[in-house]
Amino acid sequence: MQKTALYKALGLTLGALLISACSSTGEVSEGSGSSDPVATESQTDGTTAVDNNTVSGKDMEAEAEAAALREQTVFYFDFDQSTLKADGKPSLMAHAAYLKNNPATRVVLEGHADERGTVEYNLALGERRAMTVRRFLMANGAAANQLEVVSFGEERPAVMGSNEASYAKNRRVEVKYQR
Amino acid sequence: MVVRVFCLALLLISSVVRADLVIEITQGKQSAMPIAVVPFAWQGEGRLPEDVSAIITSDLEHSGYFRTLPAVGMISQPHTLEQVNYADWSALQQDYVVIGRIWPNGAEYMAEFQVLDVHSRIELLRHQVRGQPGQLRDMAHYISDFIFERLTGVPGVFSTKLVYVTTNRERTRFNLNYADADGAREQVIYSSKHPIISPAWSPDGQTVAYVSFENGRSEIYFQHLSSGRREKVAAFKGSNSAPAFSPDGKKLAFVRSQLGNPDVYVLDLESRNLTRLTRHYSIDTEPQWMPNGRDILFTSSRAGGPQIYKIDTVDKEVERVTFEGNYNARARITADGRKMVYVHQSNGRFHIAAQDVESGLVHILTSETELDESPSVAPNGSMVVYAASEADRSILAAVSVDGEVKFRLPSKFGDVREPAWSPIFK
Repeated sequence: MQKTALYKALGLTLGALLISACSSTGEVSEGSGSSDPVATESQTDGTTAVDNNTVSGKDMEAEAEAAALREQTVFYFDFDQSTLKADGKPSLMAHAAYLKNNPATRVVLEGHADERGTVEYNLALGERRAMTVRRFLMANGAAANQLEVVSFGEERPAVMGSNEASYAKNRRVEVKYQR
Repeated sequence: MVVRVFCLALLLISSVVRADLVIEITQGKQSAMPIAVVPFAWQGEGRLPEDVSAIITSDLEHSGYFRTLPAVGMISQPHTLEQVNYADWSALQQDYVVIGRIWPNGAEYMAEFQVLDVHSRIELLRHQVRGQPGQLRDMAHYISDFIFERLTGVPGVFSTKLVYVTTNRERTRFNLNYADADGAREQVIYSSKHPIISPAWSPDGQTVAYVSFENGRSEIYFQHLSSGRREKVAAFKGSNSAPAFSPDGKKLAFVRSQLGNPDVYVLDLESRNLTRLTRHYSIDTEPQWMPNGRDILFTSSRAGGPQIYKIDTVDKEVERVTFEGNYNARARITADGRKMVYVHQSNGRFHIAAQDVESGLVHILTSETELDESPSVAPNGSMVVYAASEADRSILAAVSVDGEVKFRLPSKFGDVREPAWSPIFK
């Protein structure tokens, strides 16, 4: 349980670092290894080779957790805003990691707005939201050619109804995996 | 005083009784002129398929400029000047009387009508109109336009058309509709499973541009009304939207967005040359040409929330034009260039506002409807048709540019959105 929390915390911090890094052109420097090389000579006389191959394992817990995080495919926004909310970031990082490990996989990022305001402005707003998600996914390892952005503005609400509860569900970006 | 009281009583009645009318007047002009349109005489066989004088009555009443007298309230129903007894109409406090006759002329119809001034007891005008079978409604609108222009000094728009989008509740069907300005004779001119937005008329009234998502993203199409032929006009990489014809019809302003940065572009329709007009990292959208054919109004979020700006297409000078409130978008302009109409948010509610271009004075026109959007101005600058939300449905409503006249065009089914008022057909 503690491990999970730590994993999340690490992930969040890493993600935050990457996000803050993406606006500038910060580069992460590799840690340098041992500075004093030691001269060695190779010899195999009188020795016996052993089979030291190890089996490779998967951290099933982390795998399952990443899959669970990827189950969230809809991310919500505030009115007239296109900034990502903190609660969606762990899941988006899991999507980014998956895309990084599966370079052939493509997703469409569908941006949407609630019905308030004008149709064309909302179309632009939907696109802005999808672009925010695209930038976040790219900062976390996804490649540009895996990500397609499309906005439907206020034309395809998830929920009908003129109230804040419905609006909140309609201001969204949907991550859609292409089969 | 008596007239005023009667006016008010009529208003109350019309707002309480919500009959299944196509148009429901919710507010009329205080200065509405009383006019009686006497049922026209039909001098042919059988019955006419349309009640021409009833259509004229409805047109004039819904303009807000006139208060019409129902036929049942008339003391006499003359068809010729000789039959007119002016005292009857004075007694009914009418300012004007319209009489007319319709007769067959071979396969066609002929109509002749006269407008009489009750106070001066004179014939103001006499005019004839001819129409094909099936054009009785057009003849009626023609007569309404003629009377309206002569009595108000403003061209009538009863013969104009609307295009608008209807959708079902599930948003699985989107129809582009074409109808008379009073909502009659609705026809679906394009239907799609994918969203259709932002219809816009060419200035000659022959072509409608709109945005279709049929290929999975927004692209601009032209549809030629008489042939039904469609043409893909702007499908550049990214998103293409918000088409607007220049006043001479030779250019199309629209919005192109690549990687989330919408900017206004101008496409020369003859050479197909594309020019980028705005260059800003914020949202720039909803272009609309000023009548001078040089300046373009557009919405931009460059100051944070959406506000309306004007750009000179020649020297690219940008000027902000709205300052009241934190949400002003989608400007439309009257043909004389004097009033700008747009969506304005105040106290969390979206309404239609009119702004005097010269003085900058803002007048919020609507209050009864909610989530008002997509305003489109009638070609004579008198009315604004817009989409609004009512009981979780989207309907069309209209308001005069001075805010005095209001009516609704309730839908028969589904949601009605994105109205665009045609130019006056020459």
